[in-house]
Amino acid sequence: MPKVTIDGITIEVPEGTTILQAARMIGERNKADRYVVPPAMCYYSKLETSGGYCRTCLVKVPKGSDKDPRPMPKPVPSCRTTVMDGMEVANTTDPTLIDARNGVVEMLLINHPLDCPICDQAGECHLQDLSYENGTAASRYEFERRTFEPIDIGDTIKLHMTRCILCYRCVKVAEQITDGRVHGVINRGDAAEISTYIEQAIDNDFSGNMIDVCPVGALTDRTFRFASRVWFTKPMDAHRDCETPGCDGKVVLWLKGDEVLRVTGRKDQWGEVESFICNTCRYDRKDLAAWTVEGPRNVDRHSVISQGHYHLKRTQPLLTAPAPNVPELAKRKDLKDR
Amino acid sequence: MARKILFEHIDKPGIRGLEGYRAHGGYRSVEKALRTMAPEAVVEEVKKSGLRGRGGAGFPTGMKWSFLAKPEGVPRYLVVNADESEPGTFKDRYLMERIPHLLIEGMVTSSFALGANTAFIYIRGEYFHVARILEQAIGEARAAGWLGRNILGSGFDLDIHVQVGAGAYICGEETALLESLEGKRGNPRLKPPFPAVKGLYQCPTVVNNVETIAAVVPIVNDGGEEYAKVGVGRSTGTKLISAGGNIKRPGVYEIELGLPCDEFINSDEYCGGVDGRAFKAVVPGGSSVPIVPYELFLRTAKGEPRLMSYESLSDGGFVSGTMLGSGGFYAYNDAQCIVRSTWNHARFYHHESCGQCSPCREGTGWLDKVLERLELGEGRAEDIDLLWDIQRKIEGNTICPLGDAAAWPVASAIRHFRDEFEYHVTHREKVKDPRHFAREPFRRTARPQTV
Amino acid sequence: MSARTRPVTTTEGVRPFAFSATALAECRELIARYPEGRSKSALIPILHIAQAENDGWLSVNAMDAVAELLGLRRIEVYEVASFYSMFNLHPVGTYVLDVCRTTPCMLRGSDELIAHLEKKLGIHPGETTKDGMFTLKTVECLGSCGTGPMLQCGARYHEDLTVEKVDRLIDELRARNQRANYTDR
Ligand SMILES: Cc1cc2nc3c(=O)[nH]c(=O)nc-3n(C[C@H](O)[C@H](O)[C@H](O)COP(=O)(O)O)c2cc1C
Ligand code: SF4
Ligand code: SF4
Ligand code: FES
Ligand code: FES
Repeated sequence: MPKVTIDGITIEVPEGTTILQAARMIGERNKADRYVVPPAMCYYSKLETSGGYCRTCLVKVPKGSDKDPRPMPKPVPSCRTTVMDGMEVANTTDPTLIDARNGVVEMLLINHPLDCPICDQAGECHLQDLSYENGTAASRYEFERRTFEPIDIGDTIKLHMTRCILCYRCVKVAEQITDGRVHGVINRGDAAEISTYIEQAIDNDFSGNMIDVCPVGALTDRTFRFASRVWFTKPMDAHRDCETPGCDGKVVLWLKGDEVLRVTGRKDQWGEVESFICNTCRYDRKDLAAWTVEGPRNVDRHSVISQGHYHLKRTQPLLTAPAPNVPELAKRKDLKDR
Repeated sequence: MARKILFEHIDKPGIRGLEGYRAHGGYRSVEKALRTMAPEAVVEEVKKSGLRGRGGAGFPTGMKWSFLAKPEGVPRYLVVNADESEPGTFKDRYLMERIPHLLIEGMVTSSFALGANTAFIYIRGEYFHVARILEQAIGEARAAGWLGRNILGSGFDLDIHVQVGAGAYICGEETALLESLEGKRGNPRLKPPFPAVKGLYQCPTVVNNVETIAAVVPIVNDGGEEYAKVGVGRSTGTKLISAGGNIKRPGVYEIELGLPCDEFINSDEYCGGVDGRAFKAVVPGGSSVPIVPYELFLRTAKGEPRLMSYESLSDGGFVSGTMLGSGGFYAYNDAQCIVRSTWNHARFYHHESCGQCSPCREGTGWLDKVLERLELGEGRAEDIDLLWDIQRKIEGNTICPLGDAAAWPVASAIRHFRDEFEYHVTHREKVKDPRHFAREPFRRTARPQTV
Repeated sequence: MSARTRPVTTTEGVRPFAFSATALAECRELIARYPEGRSKSALIPILHIAQAENDGWLSVNAMDAVAELLGLRRIEVYEVASFYSMFNLHPVGTYVLDVCRTTPCMLRGSDELIAHLEKKLGIHPGETTKDGMFTLKTVECLGSCGTGPMLQCGARYHEDLTVEKVDRLIDELRARNQRANYTDR
C-alpha cells in the first residue's frame, strides 16, 4: 500500500486513493489533523467523474514518489490526483500554494452576489466556509456582477443561477442518480449557466438530491424557502421504511418544535450525503409521525449551525441590498470598523 | 533559395489532384512503408528525425507515438488536429487547400505505423470549404486504392473521415477536440489519463497537428536521419510559418529551423520588412506566446542573434524570450497600441474559455474588463498591478493550458511595455481616441522591464 | 460570448421543423461513419445541416428533431448547440456576416472595417437589419490573418477587405438575395 505524507503527516492508503481522500483519512484518524484536508467545492465522492473544476483543492507535490522523486511542476487538484508511494504533498505548508488558493477563492467570489442574508443556504454554505478560511480581505472586483433571475425548475426546486459556482455536481446527480437528465450546462465561458434551456420541470424520483449536493445556495428547496433560518431549526436523524427502490429512508429532519420544516439526506463531516434519498421522503412526509426519530444529528463542531448563530464572515459583510461594488463598501464606515 | 521539404511541389500545376500529386512522387511513402517496413520501423524513423509537434507544444512526435498503448482487441485511432484557431495561424489551411494529398498520404503512413484502422481529421467548422477539398481528395485516394481495405495488398485497412467543428478555439486542445469529436461540448479532460492511453471513445489515440503528419511523408521517404540534417540542434526539419501583421509580404513560408529572425522578418524572400515606419513588437508563435519588443526578437538578452528555432526563441525564458508555438507570426509597427492589442488578446481568451474551471472562467473576463477600462481611458495606476496579479492567479492553476495562454500575453505586455500601460493612465484623454498611436506613434521611454 | 444566449421559454409560434429527404440521407451517411453506439459523434455535423435547413438558426424544434434522430436527450443537444459559436440560437438574417476582430486582423484594420459595417448597415454586432437581410457578427480568428481584414459569409471567405470591397460585396449579396449557409458547396 502506498504511503503518502501530507504537510508532514504520513498515512498508508489503498492503491488508487486520491490525495484528497488520503487527507480526509488523516483527518478522520485524528481530528486535530483536519487542517491538512484541502477544501473541495466540486468533488463529491459519491458521484463519478466529479471534481477537477473548482480548483480549490489544489495542492503542491514537492516529491512525486519514491520511484520518481521529481516535484510536480504545477499545483494539482488533490481530488483527482492519485497517491503514489513516497509522495509528499504540501497543503498548508507552502505559501505559494496558499496564495494560489486565495486566488481561486477570489475568482469564485467575483461574480457571486454575496447575498447571504437572503440566501437559504446561509449557515450551510460551503462557499461561506471557504471564503472565511481562505479568502483575502476584500474583493478587488469592481465590475457589474453576472446576474440571473431566480427561476423555479419544477414545484420543488428553485434555481438562483447567480449564486452557482458551476461545480457540475447537480448535473452529475441528474446523470447518474436519476433516470432522465433534463438540465445541464448551456453556453460557455463565464456565460455558462445551469439551465433546462426550454422551460421545463425537473421531476423524477431522485431529483431532490440536486439540492443536497449543491455547495451553495443555487439550488434550494422551494418547500422550505424562508420557512426559517437553518440555525433556528433542530436537526434530528430519522428513518422510515421507504418503498422507493434505491432509497434507504435515512434522513435528517429539520424541526421547529414538532413541525418538520425540511427533510434532507444525512451529510457527513465533509458535507457529503451518506446516501441519496427519494423525493417521497424529502417532500411528501413532512409529518413527524411518519418517521422513527433516532436522536439529534451530530452536526460538525466548526459549523455555524451548531454555533446557533450566523457568524459574520470576514469577507462577507451582511448586506441588506443586493451586492454593491467594493469601493462603495469600502466607504461604508460601519463595515470598516468591524 | 532555402530548402523546401513540404512545399517542394506546391506550385506545380495540378498538385491539388491525385494525378498531379502522384506525378511528383506522391504516395511513395505509403509504398515504401507498407511494402518494405514494419510499423515499428516507421516509428523508429520518426524518432530519429527529431520531429517535434507542429501544433504548438513542440513535443517530440516519435516519443508520443511510442507512448501509444496497445491493448489486445482495442482499436487505436489517429486524429489529425486541423482545428487551427490560434490567432495568427493559417499554415494548415494553406497546406490543406493546396496540397491535400500530402496530409492524406501522411495519415496513411502514420496510421500504418500506429496500427490505426480509422483516422479522423477534426477541422474547424469555419473551414467547411477546406473540408470539402479534403473529402474530395479522400474520395480520389480511396478510388485509387490508397485507402480502404487491404491497401497495396499489405493487409492494412484504413478509413479516413473528416469531422467539422462549429466554432470553438478550445477544440484545438487535444482532449477538448476528442470530446467534440464524440459529439460533446469542447470541455478539456483532466489528464492523466492521456489520449495515448484513453483517447477517442476511451481507446488509445494519437492526436497530431496537420503539419506534423505531413512531415512524416519526407521522413519516411528520405529517412529520419536525412530529415534531422535540416535545422539546428533539437529543432530539426522545416517549419511552416504563417506571417501577418504589419509586414510587407504576409503569407505562409516554409523555413529551415534555425533561420535568423532578422532574415525572416526583413528579407524579401520572407516578410519583406515593415509595412509602416518601424517595427515595435513581434508575436512569433500565435497569440498565446509572449509578445516581445522587436529588438528582443532580433537578439537575445545576451546580445546573440536570435534564430527561428524552438530553443533560440525561448532563450531567456519568459523574462526576455518567447516561443515558436504554432508558427503564427505577426509583427506590430509603431502605430499600434500594445494596450489595445493586449485587450484584444484578453477579449479573445475571455470569449473562448470553456468555462469549466474557475480561475480561467472568471479570470479571463476580469482581465478583459480591466484592460478595456485602461484602453478606453478610464484606468488607474493600480490597474497595471491588478492585471499582473490576476494573470498570475490564473497561470498554472487551470485544467488546460488555455488559462496559461490567456495569462502570458498579458504578463509579457506588461513586462516589456509597462510604459505604454502607464501612458494610458497618465494620458486618459488622448487614449480615448482609438487611433491614438496611429496619429502619434509611441516612443519607448523605458528599457525592457524584467519583472 | 458577446451576448449571452438566454434560455427560450416557449416554442409557441416557432415553425415546426422536419429534415428534408436529402438532408436526412446526408445525416444517415454521417451517422454510419462512426463505430457502433457512437452515433453521438455525428451531432455537430448534423446540427450544421439542421441549421442550414432552418433559415440559418437552430430553433428548439430543430434541435429536438436532431435529438430524436440521434436518440439523445434534448438537453444534450442544447448543451452542445449553445457551446459553439457557429450555431445561432436565435433567428438571423439572410446573410450572416462573420467579421474577424482578433488581434492579427486588428493590426490590419478590422476595427475600422467593423465600424464601417456598423454604420453602413445601421446595426451593431449581434443585430439584424430591419429588412432581415444582414446579421452582423464579430468572430475570432478565422485562419486568414495574412489576408485580413476579412469576413466569412456562408462557406465563403472574403479577404483583403477594404471599405470599397465590402461595399461592393454588400450590394452583390443584397441583389442576389439568397441565403448563404456554412454547408454550401
Ligand atoms: C487552447 C489550446 C489550443 C490549441 N489549438 C491547437 C490547434 O488549433 N491546432 C493544433 O494542431 N494544436 C493545437 N493545440 C495543441 C494540441 O493540444 C496538441 O498539443 C497538438 O494537437 C498535438 O499535436 P502535435 O504534437 O503534432 O503538435 C492547442 C492547445 C491548446 C491548449
Ligand atoms: S447549481 Fe449548485 S450543484 Fe449545480 S453546478 Fe451550480 S453550484 Fe453546482
Ligand atoms: S483553463 Fe479555461 S479552457 Fe481550459 S478547462 Fe479551464 S476553463 Fe476550460
Ligand atoms: S474539489 Fe478538486 S477541483 Fe474542485
Ligand atoms: S485574426 Fe482575423 S483571420 Fe486571423
